[in-house]
Amino acid sequence: MAALRSSAARLLGAASRPALRAATAPTSAPAAVRGMAQVADAQQHSQTASGDQANLKTFQIYRWNPDTPTEKPKMQSYTLDLNKTGPMVLDALIRIKNELDPTLTFRRSCREGICGSCAMNINGTNTLACLCRIPAEDSAEMKIYPLPHTYVVKDLVPDLTQFYKQYKSIKPYLQRDTPAEDGKEYRQSKADRKKLDGLYECILCACCSTSCPSYWWNSEEYLGPAILLQSYRWLVDSRDEKTAQRKDALNNSMSLYRCHTILNCTRTCPKGLNPGLAIAQIKKEMAF
Amino acid sequence: MIAQRVGTTALRRVAGKPNVFFTANVARLGLAQPLSMTQTRPVATQKLTPADGSALLAKQRLNRPVSPHLDVYDKQQTWFGGSIWMRITGSAFSGSLYVFATAYLAAPLLGWHLESASLAASFGALPFAVKGGLKFLAAWPFTFHAFNGVRHLLFDMAYGFKRQTIVKSGWYIWGASIVGGLYLAFFL
Repeated sequence: MAALRSSAARLLGAASRPALRAATAPTSAPAAVRGMAQVADAQQHSQTASGDQANLKTFQIYRWNPDTPTEKPKMQSYTLDLNKTGPMVLDALIRIKNELDPTLTFRRSCREGICGSCAMNINGTNTLACLCRIPAEDSAEMKIYPLPHTYVVKDLVPDLTQFYKQYKSIKPYLQRDTPAEDGKEYRQSKADRKKLDGLYECILCACCSTSCPSYWWNSEEYLGPAILLQSYRWLVDSRDEKTAQRKDALNNSMSLYRCHTILNCTRTCPKGLNPGLAIAQIKKEMAF
Repeated sequence: MIAQRVGTTALRRVAGKPNVFFTANVARLGLAQPLSMTQTRPVATQKLTPADGSALLAKQRLNRPVSPHLDVYDKQQTWFGGSIWMRITGSAFSGSLYVFATAYLAAPLLGWHLESASLAASFGALPFAVKGGLKFLAAWPFTFHAFNGVRHLLFDMAYGFKRQTIVKSGWYIWGASIVGGLYLAFFL
């Protein structure tokens, strides 16, 4: 909420809210608590305003508008005062959209790194804008691009149709013919469950796949790190019974073996997962 | 904020009461605007059939640019990656083998002297620095390919995939291959 509210509104709120709060405070306790938080907020802001040490940061953002397709994509600069902006890149983007340029387009939803919508290329590496801090100590410009080598829908929004199609192609669901022993649920030992740790957390933000040069050149056929991590998640699941068919589907020159262990995937994953290792495990299982 | 919302919803409820005639007229007069807290957007939307929609999408897809990749991605990862240099050094070696073997085969026909003895004699006549430099040109790709090959074998056995290990081992291989290449070039 704090991130979505523009700071101009906050500064205005500092003047207008106390009166409003006096009028409405008796209605409910939570509202009063919230009001106090806002007063504290406002004090903080008046301090930075009186200290007038504007901490300016420039963001260079990739722009392309589908309504004017003949215009080439360009970089547009926006300068923000970091004292009035939230700590994350997504806060800055939202503030740019609210206050400077409403035409700036990007995906965002949860702002806490669980939806994977705001995946983009920030300062050279793919990450989630909501999990990426704005480096406050240096004044270098931040460069923000859409995910590399994707078709751009608009500005920072990539077309992930192919990515989702590939995900669908690996049948990302439990495949099983035999019924559960107790007729209730498919049980799994603790050790088997542990094998899924580091795999099930993937949010399919496509950061890793679009960081992979091999995927850049072969995204038509190579599945890419994210989808292969999901493949492995179903391959190691002790409850799944189609392991052989799943391996068979990967057993060709393109789907799996375009991975040359470049390992940009592991280095970029904003959730700290290890797609490179998962792919190596698949290769190992297919070899022995 | 919450209190404000309560007020808004109350207003909306009043507006949404069954008196359709009144609310419709209010909207027409533009009086609904100050009562409403919802965002208004100046963009007009129009209805499309699914067929029209997909035709529009297909048209848009033809125009979509590919987002920048090699030139914006972290230089350290794209330009100093072990994988691409493995390929470059390997291709350089196999390529030069083909070139030399073909030249050796064609040498008698063209009157070239590519026998070991004449090559050694002409190489021996070069100054030390040039000798070392030429040897380094062959020695560094060899050491890099050899060390990185070991790393790839470890990768195949699913070792060394920790994030820090990947970064560190990458730099170690650059260092070791350069030191090894210099040793082979100048001290052997």
